[in-house]
Amino acid sequence: MSTRKLALGSAIALVAAGAFAAELPNLGKPITPDDLKAWDITIFPDGTGLPDGNGNSVQGAPIFAAKCAACHGEGATGGVGGALTPGPARASLDGGKSIANFWPYSTTIFDFIRRAMPYNAPHSLTDNEVYALTAYLLNLNRIIGPNDVMNKDSLPKVKLPNAGNFIIRFPERI
Amino acid sequence: MAKRRTDLGAYQPEIVAGNGLLHRRALLGRGMMLAGAAATGVDGSLTSAAAEPMVDPAWTNAPGSLMLPYQVPSRFEKDVVRAVDNPNNLPRNTRARTPHHLLNGIITPNGLHFTICHGGVPDIDPAQHRLVIHGLVKRPLVFTLEDLARYPKVSRIGFVECGGNSAPLFSNTPIQANVTALHGLASCSEWTGVLLSTLLEETGIDPKAKWIIAEGADSPRLTRSVPVAKALDDAMIAMYQNGERIQPGQGYPMRLWLPGYEGNMNVKYIRRLQLTDQPTMSYYESRTYSQILPDGKAYRFYFLQEVKSFITSPSPGLALKDPGIYEVTGVAYSGTGRITKVMISADGGQSWGEAALQDPVLPKAFTRFRMPWRWNGGPAVLQSRAWDEGGNVQPLRADFVALRGQTSRPPDVGAFPSQHFNAITSWGVSNRGEVNHVYA
Ligand code: HEC
Repeated sequence: MSTRKLALGSAIALVAAGAFAAELPNLGKPITPDDLKAWDITIFPDGTGLPDGNGNSVQGAPIFAAKCAACHGEGATGGVGGALTPGPARASLDGGKSIANFWPYSTTIFDFIRRAMPYNAPHSLTDNEVYALTAYLLNLNRIIGPNDVMNKDSLPKVKLPNAGNFIIRFPERI
Repeated sequence: MAKRRTDLGAYQPEIVAGNGLLHRRALLGRGMMLAGAAATGVDGSLTSAAAEPMVDPAWTNAPGSLMLPYQVPSRFEKDVVRAVDNPNNLPRNTRARTPHHLLNGIITPNGLHFTICHGGVPDIDPAQHRLVIHGLVKRPLVFTLEDLARYPKVSRIGFVECGGNSAPLFSNTPIQANVTALHGLASCSEWTGVLLSTLLEETGIDPKAKWIIAEGADSPRLTRSVPVAKALDDAMIAMYQNGERIQPGQGYPMRLWLPGYEGNMNVKYIRRLQLTDQPTMSYYESRTYSQILPDGKAYRFYFLQEVKSFITSPSPGLALKDPGIYEVTGVAYSGTGRITKVMISADGGQSWGEAALQDPVLPKAFTRFRMPWRWNGGPAVLQSRAWDEGGNVQPLRADFVALRGQTSRPPDVGAFPSQHFNAITSWGVSNRGEVNHVYA
């Protein structure tokens, strides 16, 4: 039996038995979902994990100018942080990946801004600001209108044009 | 090194492929002496100049210097450093590349291991660092570094390679750069830590779990989705690198190590593992590490770093001086398992000879290969091609780009037109001994 099958086998056995792992130190401390809140920030393409709050592109534009343009340029045309504009009709090996021509999921925009941007002060934005900036970038990429409100219900419904163009490289490894 | 006259006896190294490739036996055992002998010229032309008379240098005539608690390389090795592409710490990604052409063996020294950070190198206090495992588990648990010290550990030697390593070779014309710039985003270490499967035994796994969302404690809280199958196979929470605590650039105080899988998935500063039934489609998996194909579609979840090799010497910047015997050497590796064979060509792929594989040959680790070569002073094109135990063979560049594409104009050497480039690299040697990057 391979180690992998062994590990899988024993893990499943433990789940079934609900028992503590036998030969292990058992030093892990239990944690409640409440205590994990600050870290439990995953967002899924179906919208699971999106927080309350909302914003539209009109609200997002001044926030972008104040907090993002220093690196991404005025109107997001590029700087040390790269352009966030629609780019060429199709991305290629010459470059040009954008929300309009490549990103598959709108939820990823919210997730990435919330966890990583602005680069120099990550985690400093409110959820309303993140929704507004997400709407601003979606509008800039001609996916939604300037007044369309993004929130936990509307954002996952925004389908991006390139979503259907991905091939899983090694399906047997998933 | 001083050259000596040696009695060659009747030995003539066997030529195994065109343009001077010699049998790998010339490197091994009894052949070692003969290969040394061959350095004076196997043509029987024992014409090397005699060595200078010996004198005692200054360091032999006086005691040496202070001994350091943590030693650093000789001052004469000051050029053996990584190439850092963001020396002024501008607010953007930073990469430091391993200078393979100045190293030998299979282990990358810790200070020279490649690093990519998407938000600078965090300064983590290990006493405050926590690892949480939650989601589709029986018991969500939090571990400290001190806790993990008491868990059973394993040590394994293996490589980590950025999915974007060798990306300059997607250029439509060969970019002139050294091995560091072309292939420096791969390194190999001994990693020590707790197998993730061990910790998952303690949390228990809900059978609905198919993915583990791995998240770092760095400023972008870098996130990747990893199949549960990989986690139970050979994933490790690594805490030591070549015997000492992991370097800050490698994820201090702990990283996820997924042997053979795309570097970016080996989440550094790992602080959270969430078991789920679907991937999160993070920025890095759904956008950055999805590879555009010529027809406009793109690969997703490539994961595997496929079989690959490159020659580290001779290579650009390491010019050949005089005609005679040289060792052609480099590294081969595969995310599938062990390397089984490396073939070398000195005539641009017209003929091939088998290189010696230096022990140890380990799965998902660098394997050092060596091959004696007699350069006749004329033009040559050196190539290496590797096979792995899964039966996979390193592709020819022409075949590879026919499937995966190339740029329409040369990109910047630091650009990433695509990823997971594993085709053959060719070094052109001119009749003056200069080595250039060529496509052959
Ligand atoms: C101090 C510089 C800086 C500031 C300010 C900044 N960014 Fe960024 N941004 C970056 C860098 C660098 C990257 C590339 C990150 C990577 O590849 O890991 C990036 C990447 C991004 C991306 C992904 C782009 C792509 O298509 O790959 C988005 C979206 C983004 N930033 C949005 C924002 C928003 C919204 C703000 C304002 C709240 C902001 N950024 C402020 C530096 C900055």
